Amino acid sequence: MKAFSNLLSDLILTSSRNRKLSLLEQYFSSTPDPDRGYALAALTGSLNFKNIKASFFKNLIKEKQDEHLFDLSYDYVGDLAETISLLWDQEKSGDMPRLSSLFENLKKAKTDELNNYIINILNISTSDQRWAFIKLFTGGLRIGVSSRLVKQALANYGNVNLDQIEKIWHGLHFPYINLFSWLENKGSKPKISIYDIFHPMMLAHPVVMEKDLAAANPKDFIAEYKWDGIRVQIVSHSEGCRLYSRTGDEVSKSFPEIIKTIQGNFVLDGELLAGINNDPKSFNDLQQRLNKKAPSEKFIKKNPCFIKVYDVLFFNGDDLRDKTLIERKKVLNSYFSTKKSPMFLSETIDFKDWRFLDKIRDISNKQIHEGVMIKSVSSPYIAGRPRGKWFKWKRNPKNVDAIIMYAQRGHGKRSSFYSDYTFGVYNKEKELVPIGKAYSGFTDEELNRLDKFVRTKTINRFGPVREVEKTLVVEIAFDEMSLSNRHKSGIALRFPRFKRIRWDKPTNEVETLEQIRKSFLE
Amino acid sequence: MISIDNKLYIRDIDTYIDPFFPVERAIITHGHADHARAGHKHVLCTPETSEIMKIRYGENCASSFQTIKYGHSVKIGKIRVTLYPAAHILGSAQVLLETPKHRIVVTGDYKTILDRHLDPFEVVPCDLLITEATFGLPIFKFNKPEMEIERLLDNISKHRENTFLIGAYSLGKAQRIIWLLREAGFSDDIFVHGSMDKLCDFYQSKGIRLGTLRKATLDNKKDFKGKIIVAPPSALKDRWSRRFENITRCYASGWMQVKQRAKQSQIEIPLVISDHSDWNELTNTIKQTGAQKVWITHGREDALKYWCEKNGIQAEPLSLQHRDEINEL
Repeated sequence: MKAFSNLLSDLILTSSRNRKLSLLEQYFSSTPDPDRGYALAALTGSLNFKNIKASFFKNLIKEKQDEHLFDLSYDYVGDLAETISLLWDQEKSGDMPRLSSLFENLKKAKTDELNNYIINILNISTSDQRWAFIKLFTGGLRIGVSSRLVKQALANYGNVNLDQIEKIWHGLHFPYINLFSWLENKGSKPKISIYDIFHPMMLAHPVVMEKDLAAANPKDFIAEYKWDGIRVQIVSHSEGCRLYSRTGDEVSKSFPEIIKTIQGNFVLDGELLAGINNDPKSFNDLQQRLNKKAPSEKFIKKNPCFIKVYDVLFFNGDDLRDKTLIERKKVLNSYFSTKKSPMFLSETIDFKDWRFLDKIRDISNKQIHEGVMIKSVSSPYIAGRPRGKWFKWKRNPKNVDAIIMYAQRGHGKRSSFYSDYTFGVYNKEKELVPIGKAYSGFTDEELNRLDKFVRTKTINRFGPVREVEKTLVVEIAFDEMSLSNRHKSGIALRFPRFKRIRWDKPTNEVETLEQIRKSFLE
Repeated sequence: MISIDNKLYIRDIDTYIDPFFPVERAIITHGHADHARAGHKHVLCTPETSEIMKIRYGENCASSFQTIKYGHSVKIGKIRVTLYPAAHILGSAQVLLETPKHRIVVTGDYKTILDRHLDPFEVVPCDLLITEATFGLPIFKFNKPEMEIERLLDNISKHRENTFLIGAYSLGKAQRIIWLLREAGFSDDIFVHGSMDKLCDFYQSKGIRLGTLRKATLDNKKDFKGKIIVAPPSALKDRWSRRFENITRCYASGWMQVKQRAKQSQIEIPLVISDHSDWNELTNTIKQTGAQKVWITHGREDALKYWCEKNGIQAEPLSLQHRDEINEL
């Protein structure tokens, strides 16, 4: 545990990617099994404690520290583990257990022993150790180290390709003994059954301007619609079918009617959408389904879903990931030559030049797609976001002016800055109603100025939320506006972010709720 | 009753404490720029503070200075004014305003832990305590500074190929860090940013041993390997710092208690060394002065106000502007 807490403390204070990699490599080489495996799981977010969550620690600290003072501290620090580690006093000295025995003890402990065991750990640890310890349970380490960086460190350590690790990653289990033994040339590469696991997806780079595509020849690419649903991977074999989200979380249970119908031996990549007969509805409709973890039959009938398939990774036992996109599309075409509802082949768009696609991506005002995808015909299926292979060209965002109403402090990198803003517009009754929340789109410099605005223009405090003077106008960019009965304004924005801060614009020039509803919804 | 308002203006004697704008009469607690400004007519402060102000703003930064040593008083009208050590920086003082029936203490910035290069803080009993609250949250509990210095020196011995650039305010913090390094036995030459060498000389002239200091100029690049350079925090991100190779950025401040803060500022070695009081020092001082009323000038006033009220002490935040947490990188 000591070595692990040192590692986390060093990592959070290191900004150079290369130094982070070398810290990780050093740790992997100097830490024995199984401890390094536990650390690897923690660093990649693969650890999951069912019985201990963040609230467990909140309750512990509230017994020691006045609740209001805790809230103020947490609000200031913006990181639960760090707040508690600073508020808790080291009461006695003692030996911190090894990371692995810590886990095993926690797993074995009965509910009534758990409290005392954890309190003892907190009492004997230094502030840094407490911080690292609590971080194991609070989800997301927030130390500026992505899973991908950790895997890169593993690849460097074992002198193998990152892609080789990505391909087997989801079939590995902690404490990763067979992985380390392979990386250290002591054992063979772990064998993974392709149908047991999620395979990391291939992702696209955004196109911001047409010139991003200038170097690319349209002939070398195909285009598809960028559907506005959720990306899913369909893993099907004789034992059944599973659906995974983009992050590798299994979502099969929410879509029982779909996994029941799919048959075959393959791993496909596609988009899950609300609707029937290959006719997609809005993301909002899909949201209804996503919110239900175990939908009833009646609910499913009312809110049907289907999948548009655009890629194939494995087919009848063959790994097609190293084949070109054109070859993979051939396999898909022949598979979809007969009806496979609720799966449909995602159609390609004929185009001659980028300008044509530029028009297409903006054409439809319905919510069925959010732009176009552009994919190199020769691209193999590479996990991650390889350069120059796939592009997403989103529709131009829409813009609306709104007035800042509330602000809240951010977390992690932005802890202590007021970086989460609620904004609104006036309705018919001349009442300012919130229409959304945005956290991004400003520069660090603008954030400093916004933060200062909040601190000096606060008129009310509700716990961590500050109500500010209604004087600042911001231009908000968003992808889509839809009706919503969850909000008082009756509308919801998809992916709102700051476009510009209108420091000088008077608030009475901001369009009313009625006006913006008219221009975006009718 | 002495009448003092929320801008620290004492009506009876037409005098401000640490005003942000030029006034007729000012009492200055210490030489930091957010407390001491140029352009007042008559200034009352400690001898050290007057020297610091003259070094920073020039001989004529005020029309006249009246200086009193710690523990000494002057009577202005009905009010007796006494200055007590605040242990924040050299010359820093708390101000006691006193009539036979009423005592007000303005702490200025202060810390209460022993810092052997400064006169120790004294608790001054009073009815109204006007305190700072820069680190007024219970998460702020500072370790012994010696431990932080030890960690730094340990790091230097392991990475001799790096140059250690320490961000520290030019006045007070920089000299304290250098002094702590000397106390810990570090005898190499220490390099300082051009903005602080006069102030270092001043500290040395007051008998605070800072050892051999050299200007951090680029005459000999290789000189800086394994060496310490002390510079104001703003220089850490500035072009100025890019002239050195293999820099490890360090920052000496109470803010460094919060890792996420250090990370935001891209600090690799945070040194949690503060010249302000931490939570325990603030709350203990309030208790020890016996004040029934507390005004909080600046800082994290919410928590301290809450604590006061929970302990039966009336508390009021003044939210003096220009004195919030601007002191970040």
